Amino acid sequence: MSLAMPAPDQAVLARRESIVAALRAIVPGEGVIAAEREMRPYESDGLTAYRQLPMVVVLPETTPQVSRVLAFCHAEGIKVVPRGAGTSLSGGALPLTDGVLLGMAKFNRIREIDFANRLAVVEPGVTNLAVTEAVEHAGFYYAPDPSSQIACTIGGNVAENSGGVHCLKYGMTTNNLLGCELVLMTGEIVRVGGKHLDAGGYDLLGIITGSEGLLGVVTEITVRILKKADCARAVLVGFASSEDAGECVAKIIGAGIIPGGMEMMDRPAIHAVEQFVHAGYPLDVEALLIVEVDGPRAEVDHLIARIEAIAASCRALTCRVSTSEQERLLFWAGRKAAFPAVGRISPDYYCMDGTIPRARLPQVLKRMRELSETYGLAVANVFHAGDGNLHPLILYDANKPGELERTEKFGADILKLCVEVGGVLTGEHGVGVEKRDLMPAMFSEADLNQQQRLKCAFDDKGLLNPGKVFPTLHRCAELGRMHVHAGRVAFPDIPRF
Amino acid sequence: MADTIQPRDAKDVEAAVQWALAEGKTAEIVGHGSKRAIGRPAQTDLTLDLSALTGVTLYEPEELVLSAKAGTPLAEIEALLAANGQQLSFEPMDYAGILGGVAGRGTIGGALAANVSGPRRIKAGAARDHFLGFYAVSGRGETFKSGGRVVKNVTGYDLCKLIAGSWGTLAAMTEVTIKVLPRPETEQTLLVRGLEPARAIEAMTSAMGSSCDVSGATHLPAGVAVRVEAGVIAADAVTALRLEGFLPSVAERKRMLEALMKPFGELATLEAPGSRALWTAVRDVAPFAADRSNRSARQDEQPLWRISTAPSRGAELGAMIASAAQAQMFYDWAGGLIWVALGACDDAGAALVRRAVAATGGHATLIRAPASVRAAIDVFAPQDAAVAALTKRVKESFDPRGVLNPGRMWAGV
Repeated sequence: MSLAMPAPDQAVLARRESIVAALRAIVPGEGVIAAEREMRPYESDGLTAYRQLPMVVVLPETTPQVSRVLAFCHAEGIKVVPRGAGTSLSGGALPLTDGVLLGMAKFNRIREIDFANRLAVVEPGVTNLAVTEAVEHAGFYYAPDPSSQIACTIGGNVAENSGGVHCLKYGMTTNNLLGCELVLMTGEIVRVGGKHLDAGGYDLLGIITGSEGLLGVVTEITVRILKKADCARAVLVGFASSEDAGECVAKIIGAGIIPGGMEMMDRPAIHAVEQFVHAGYPLDVEALLIVEVDGPRAEVDHLIARIEAIAASCRALTCRVSTSEQERLLFWAGRKAAFPAVGRISPDYYCMDGTIPRARLPQVLKRMRELSETYGLAVANVFHAGDGNLHPLILYDANKPGELERTEKFGADILKLCVEVGGVLTGEHGVGVEKRDLMPAMFSEADLNQQQRLKCAFDDKGLLNPGKVFPTLHRCAELGRMHVHAGRVAFPDIPRF
Repeated sequence: MADTIQPRDAKDVEAAVQWALAEGKTAEIVGHGSKRAIGRPAQTDLTLDLSALTGVTLYEPEELVLSAKAGTPLAEIEALLAANGQQLSFEPMDYAGILGGVAGRGTIGGALAANVSGPRRIKAGAARDHFLGFYAVSGRGETFKSGGRVVKNVTGYDLCKLIAGSWGTLAAMTEVTIKVLPRPETEQTLLVRGLEPARAIEAMTSAMGSSCDVSGATHLPAGVAVRVEAGVIAADAVTALRLEGFLPSVAERKRMLEALMKPFGELATLEAPGSRALWTAVRDVAPFAADRSNRSARQDEQPLWRISTAPSRGAELGAMIASAAQAQMFYDWAGGLIWVALGACDDAGAALVRRAVAATGGHATLIRAPASVRAAIDVFAPQDAAVAALTKRVKESFDPRGVLNPGRMWAGV
């Protein structure tokens, strides 16, 4: 592991025994785990290339416990890493050797379902899918649907502002929240939002969402739930080139259609998936689109016909419309199995997550093929085509010396390419440790310093999840310093009245 | 009268804030000034007028994005989008009617800084949900950016959310990028007549809980009427539900919605032109517009509150206020947004409104009141100690010397 994490605090490590005892006094029973063997499951998250045992694992069950743990750590200068289900693909929950790993898994209750106000109040350890399962008997669901939705938790979704295949139409996590209870690093408990829309002051909920566990620990979340559409149908369209597929996507949106989902796969991904799932994908195409529309039957039929016409005008080689719910799910089965399918044809794969302006896709894919040759590593692409979120999967073998390092370099080149063409480093997986050192490719020092100043407003000692998101850590006092030259700045040459 | 500085570009804005910092001066940030009368009255040394920072810098309809200088008129952006069959789906309201200003004014920067929205908030979100990226100058006199020009992005903190609704107290935006969306092919509105507020909220709850995909749900009680193209509607109470989208879809959903609403009362339909007029009136709070033809009525000084609450508690909240004061009100957002006009009084009815909101949950903002009243009471929702302290620290992280719009939201912030 070549990743530089904040230097361990030897004074904290020396006090480990007394710290564990103090934590046991706050969280009784099995809520504090200090034995190495039992801490093993927490040593990494979904970014398994990086592993680190924490100093101690704490699994609180109540908000007052979270508050007391954080207040204790704040007073004692102990770092804390929050963790949901540990499905982060960017190392957001990677432990620190001198840090407390705060696992929120025991916060697993749904506290309230309020159909009249179309919301659910849940604890952060509830899985994403469990929210939908709790409300679907009444025809409702929770819209954001990251691929890991069986396992990932709402708390983690809030931390990462998770998306999913339906977010072009239904938004990301941040667009589907109403409120939360948050514990600050000092132990202070803050309630933000509620059952109403928008904030009465600063949008603290909006800034907490996607803050990757650096600003506070969420202990309760109010999410919006939506009524399920009456029906959904999907079209599977094959093209001779990514340019044709890209043109089709642009024309669909240009026609005023916002599909519920619009996914693209390139040839390597199509082949890997078809061998695995036998979804009936055409194998003689360079790009495959799945376009799904949902709504009332009349709307769906109307739009499917229009999409078929658009596909034909974009030189589609094949075009199949799902004629049953079973067939629609089969179309998706392939796309949803893309990661494991690639995992089957390669000992390891590395999943990237950049976003680009959609029109730059052909250029980005071409450059990626060149990079693939340079690095001698194959790459398969799946792409949330509607919103430009690209997931290149780099195929490698971790057992071959140097191949992981080469893969990481290739990945970094891809993300820098995304930024170069006007895109961003991450569309939904987060920065974590993975893209931390690439942040300067997108942000200036002034940009990053302002973000870190905001962190200081929540966490003055920098104890919450340090080493994530920001490539360089500064002390709050240093960040807050001002260089004002009183009386020595001439009035600038600006029109005044 | 404060000195007005009118920067020509982003560099000028940076220079102006640096100068203000060095001189220990405070600055009010304005675009067109269309929402200037909202918030605590400004007592600043300078006015930083950003209305010369204009122009759409990027518009790619098929990518659903648009970038513009912060002072670009909203009307210019909306016209450009309309010419391409697109719109700002957050349906920004025009405050001119209720504040007694000139209609059609306002800049994109102002719309974002105030996190404006409209009836479609319940389906499409507010300005915050469409705000993708920006360049700004902080109160430290430093230019910084956040976000990007793509609709899906989680790189770094989502500062767009924080800047939206910060009323210029954190940074002066110089350029912004927003998500734009297709304009619906058509719209229709189903009217249900004669409902009491509690029953109307039941009807709206039923509609919102259906798969009819309602994009506007308002209740105008008896006596609160608005003008639409065909004349005045709602001499009697009317509950209105909007359906937007492709023609066949709207037609099918209307049939579904009619079946659902039949038990509630007598139904009527507004076709597209009438529907558009109704929702523009609701969006701009036309029932409580300041009457500029009759200055003696001093309607522009009549307190007007905007209350966001849980939709199911809306009628209860309204009743609490109506039982204790002369109040007129109407409901938007399926009961979750209540506009309340009160008779003039010393505290603009704050004690009453705050007490009612405390009982049901939510927040209330005093949108219209004489400056003396706005100076004396909390205009924005009062905060508990922990949130107030956090708010102050957030402000200081952007603007430690309190240069930008000091005290606009709360004293000391």
